[in-house]
Amino acid sequence: MSKDWELIISGSGGQGAILAGIIFAEAALADGYNVIQTQSYGPEARGGASRSEVLISHEELAYPKVQDCNLMVALTQESLDKYGSLLGAGGILIIDEAIDSSTLKTSIKVYKAPIFATAEKLLKPMVANILVLGILNAISGIVNLEHLESAVQARVPAATIPLNLTALAEGSKIGKDLASKSI
Amino acid sequence: MSKKLIQGNEACVEGALAAGARFFAGYPITPSTEIAELMAKKLPRVGGVFMQMEDEIASIATIIGASISGAKAMTATSGPGFSLMQENLGFAAMTEVPIVVVNVTRGGPSTGTPTKASQGDFMQARWGCHGDHPIIVLAPSSVQEVYDLAITAFNMSEKYMVPVVLLYDEVVGHLREGVELVASSEVLNREFPTVAPANYRPYATGDGLIPKLAPFGSGYRYHMSGLSHDETGFPTGNPATIENLVMRLNDKIENNRKDIIKYKAIDMEDAEVILLAYGSPLRSAQQVQKQARARGEKVGLIQLLTLWPFPHELLTDVYAKTKADFIVPELSLGQLADEVSKSVPRDKITRVNRNDGALITPAQLEQVLKGVM
Amino acid sequence: MNYKDLLRKDKMPHIWCPGCGHGMVLSAFLRALAKKDFDPDNVAVISGIGCSSRASGYLDFNTLHTTHGRAIPFATGIKMAKPGLKVIVLTGDGDSTAIGGNHLIHAARRNIELTVIVFNNNIYGMTSGQYSPLTPHMKLATTAPYGNIDYPFDLVNLAKGAGATFVARSATVQPRHLEKVIGQGLDHNGFSLIEVITQCPTYFGRKNKMGSPVDMLQWQRENTSTTGKEGTIPLGIFAQEERPEYGENYFELIKTLGEGKSGE
Repeated sequence: MSKDWELIISGSGGQGAILAGIIFAEAALADGYNVIQTQSYGPEARGGASRSEVLISHEELAYPKVQDCNLMVALTQESLDKYGSLLGAGGILIIDEAIDSSTLKTSIKVYKAPIFATAEKLLKPMVANILVLGILNAISGIVNLEHLESAVQARVPAATIPLNLTALAEGSKIGKDLASKSI
Repeated sequence: MSKKLIQGNEACVEGALAAGARFFAGYPITPSTEIAELMAKKLPRVGGVFMQMEDEIASIATIIGASISGAKAMTATSGPGFSLMQENLGFAAMTEVPIVVVNVTRGGPSTGTPTKASQGDFMQARWGCHGDHPIIVLAPSSVQEVYDLAITAFNMSEKYMVPVVLLYDEVVGHLREGVELVASSEVLNREFPTVAPANYRPYATGDGLIPKLAPFGSGYRYHMSGLSHDETGFPTGNPATIENLVMRLNDKIENNRKDIIKYKAIDMEDAEVILLAYGSPLRSAQQVQKQARARGEKVGLIQLLTLWPFPHELLTDVYAKTKADFIVPELSLGQLADEVSKSVPRDKITRVNRNDGALITPAQLEQVLKGVM
Repeated sequence: MNYKDLLRKDKMPHIWCPGCGHGMVLSAFLRALAKKDFDPDNVAVISGIGCSSRASGYLDFNTLHTTHGRAIPFATGIKMAKPGLKVIVLTGDGDSTAIGGNHLIHAARRNIELTVIVFNNNIYGMTSGQYSPLTPHMKLATTAPYGNIDYPFDLVNLAKGAGATFVARSATVQPRHLEKVIGQGLDHNGFSLIEVITQCPTYFGRKNKMGSPVDMLQWQRENTSTTGKEGTIPLGIFAQEERPEYGENYFELIKTLGEGKSGE
């Protein structure tokens, strides 16, 4: 029995943090997990930091919100500042290399990745959310990559599927690289 | 069949369509709007009608009209819109026109907190209309239950010729979970008259107490009115006729409580403490009950799926057998706990209330449980 | 067909006061309707609350007596769920322009095929004489004991402004004209509104010292005109245009989507 995951993906409005959460949840569901995805709504979600929460477990899930976050993606400094304290001791944090995480608990394992640089250089900045899913999954190993690819295909606009799949693959590569270095 | 990841509000639409809903009229309001948006997309593709109305009063009036023409019809709203619908909800109850009204609840009073969950409409769902009227209120707590109970709502509405309210809070409406989109119960349709039009008396029901209303345009020309009426549908001032009508309207639900009242009772046999809830607080209660049992504590759980008619017989029975303490978490100041106290002594009920938009967390509930054990 | 066959005679006598104009409106409506070849099984008459709205109960069709002000949205649902029905709304000035004013303008805007006949007696009769949005300025009512300081709607212009594609006004003193414009409204493919000036001797007339019902009709004769006489209330047809009907548009959409069969 694998461990339970309580994931928060946060970013600023328009970065696709919420969609990323939905896609990851869908992949985990296809993988046979029980999942719950929720997100911030309303004024809280307009401007500033928004977040998507995903609970992933082989046990039945009841309470629908994150209680003990052990996996976090923060796409902006602001979102990390706002939600970083929710990440528990020993948790995993994935952030862009430009973000400062020095104020977090020391037990947190921080993976800094060139998220935006890669997205911009190779592709387009708007796919950073999908790229980061590749990183996230390569590091955490939660879902079968094929399920993640299917979920991406099902949820992004049809015209952008090839682009997003490239971003996912690129993210997986970066993630594997980071994971191997950290061993 | 594989599960699909969908939102509570999406499951509501899928359930309604599976139940045969082919008419929706509504007005946008958070946190129910996804229902209207999805209906706008899906209904014309199955030959159904979607209308965005000028307000919630028009919305409910229009679906009642559609149902009078024979369509399975629904609307969806939230607190402020639900308040506006009350008069016509009573009209549907009085004229016995089946409709389904979805109320995705948000913080109140007034405009309140539109994007946060609340359960402050518990009593309004039962008693919001003036007059002694019948109504059924169903309360799903998961996305799967939203789908299942949306179908049940239409079934009960058609079977009992009564408005049914599907009541769930913002959290249930917006969370995404895996759902099997397979109807767990068969779809029911209202019965139509078989007598010759010349002999038709729309509200002559016999012992079943449930009228067979002919859709307009089906060859039965009759009159329907929100005024107190006799078996022909025409207004009456006769006290005995009025009493018969009001009693029949209520008895057709009361006599069928067994069929209408749905709930889940877990680990009752030896329960010393029982958590009783619906909606998002139920989710916390489920977690806490499981944790408590794992610790060996004798804690049971009652999940209400039918809120109204309220399952007093169940609670009376459970209390008589267990003498358990009840913990009632709810996102209101005690509307549910007050109703529970009609069956369970007040001093045996511990209330857990929140009205700040935040949820009752498992941790908060654990604290309360510790105090009660 | 004799128009009297369209009445539920067993529901007589009606509740209207002696001298009330509502029976005259109803008979003009039935005479107009009897000349069309509608099957009564396919006619639905919807009304709200008020004196005029009791009319539905006297008619041998599919009849629905709804809540105050809401006849139009009820009728909208009936029509959209069964487009083959001829749906007619009988309503009063208070029912349709005060509590139901919002529904009136939106139904006009949509151009849904409903024939709306407004019995305008300038007063709330059922509740014994309070002023309505069509009570003239400075007229007396039980809730305007010193004269009505409100200004009334011009219902014809209101309906036109809201997009109604057929708008007419007539009066009980002109029964033939009234029957004719109602008939034209019934033929119209779209939203039609017919304002009918009618007399309430009991609550409007008495309060405003207008004399007997006959005197009130005499007042109508002198103060209305089908020929545009200066200083009178004009009667006639003020809008009559062809615009795609709401239901037609909607069912065309269904057809297009059905032909597309594009899955999602």
